[in-house]
Amino acid sequence: MQQVAVAAALLTVVACKPPPDDRTSLSADAAERGKAVIERVSCGSCHAIPGIDWPRGGAAPSLEDFDDVGLIAGALPNTPGNLAAFVRDAPAAKPGSTMPPMPITAAEAEDVAAYLYGMNDE
Amino acid sequence: MNKGAASGIMEALWGWPPPVFDPAGPYASSVTTLAWVLLALGVAVTGIVIAALYVAIKGPERWRKKLGGEKAVWIGGIAFPAVVLTGLLIWGLALTASLTEPIRGREARVRVTGEMWWFRVEYLDPAGRVIVRDANELHLPLDRPVVLELRSADVVHSIWIPHLSGKMDMVPGRINQLRVEASRTGRFGGVCAEYCGGPHALMGFVTQVHEAADYDRWLAARAARQAQPVAAGATPGRPGAVVRDPAEPQRYDPALGWTLFRDTGCAACHRIAGTEANGLAGPDLTHVGSRLSLGAGILPNHRGTMIGWIADSQSIKPGNRMPSYDRLSAEELGHIAAFLEAQK
Repeated sequence: MQQVAVAAALLTVVACKPPPDDRTSLSADAAERGKAVIERVSCGSCHAIPGIDWPRGGAAPSLEDFDDVGLIAGALPNTPGNLAAFVRDAPAAKPGSTMPPMPITAAEAEDVAAYLYGMNDE
Repeated sequence: MNKGAASGIMEALWGWPPPVFDPAGPYASSVTTLAWVLLALGVAVTGIVIAALYVAIKGPERWRKKLGGEKAVWIGGIAFPAVVLTGLLIWGLALTASLTEPIRGREARVRVTGEMWWFRVEYLDPAGRVIVRDANELHLPLDRPVVLELRSADVVHSIWIPHLSGKMDMVPGRINQLRVEASRTGRFGGVCAEYCGGPHALMGFVTQVHEAADYDRWLAARAARQAQPVAAGATPGRPGAVVRDPAEPQRYDPALGWTLFRDTGCAACHRIAGTEANGLAGPDLTHVGSRLSLGAGILPNHRGTMIGWIADSQSIKPGNRMPSYDRLSAEELGHIAAFLEAQK
């Protein structure tokens, strides 16, 4: 009986593991490219983002400690795939989102996600 | 959506070759040539001084005597500087005169007024009447000289487009003239080059050079839009300019954005031709949807930056004269941005 309980407890732990596209696959190169995209598009017009000195707009949530946030925009599990989809076309990824679609490609969106995850890796 | 580079300021000051060494027109070329000559002379004089110092300390007795003699002072101390500096003075004055030469005939005329902290841009017809009002960007025809009529509305500013010409101050109560001409098409950044208060470092603009025929068409289209009579009721914008994103069906409504724009008081400072919005304190927004930058050459122009600027411009450009409209909801900001995007 006890064994079953332990196994059940283990199963819950296993179920909580991050999805297969986990964060370790994100490269430093991608993060570097992502930073350039963030600067070009000026995500900072609305968000304060670590590593981006200017602008640090206050219209939308700060992205400090973003990699520790559980849900993107309070709705989507915080995975690289979801994040890339969200930063490119937020209203499609989360209907009702007030963040507008961004003029970036899907590949650029993945780089932006890599940057947003990599920024607090100390 | 405009996918252009973020910042006219970065375009003016950054890159390789550095913009000051990369002239894109005859006026900038003459300034760059003078700069190279000054550098070469400076290097030569420094070399001569170092050589003389070496001779004075370690050289043979005979040379040291010569160097300390009266003749050396007459030649090296008086004749050489007098000749070189007089030559440079004449060159410099002639160059400045060519940059500031008044209108002779076929030049395009644009009045640029420095404001805290943006550039008001007005295109003039040959009689000097304003035909197009714009802000923070300058459109130029290829290979045709353009005379900028420079004014200031408040404090001293200075306009500098390193690729196209020298710097020229914009002084209150005075009209200065500066000639610019581009011999290649493209986009060139510009900045305010005289400290003018708080957000001075965020006061830039963008220059776009068009083929001459394209420029004429562009100017004629803009002049026609600006001359549009005031129509009550209708949502302003060029007919057919309102393109809705199919992925986002009708979510943001330009017509509602126009109502919000009017009711929020935007029109007190901003003009949109053909509407009752006729405020002149801030930049004219008749063509804001096709603007190459937002916030005076500092942000790219797309839905996101437009919303961010309206909602909280004080975080982006602290001290600028537009308040942060944080009392508008995200939905309302979306409607206003959709409306402004349609103002091409």
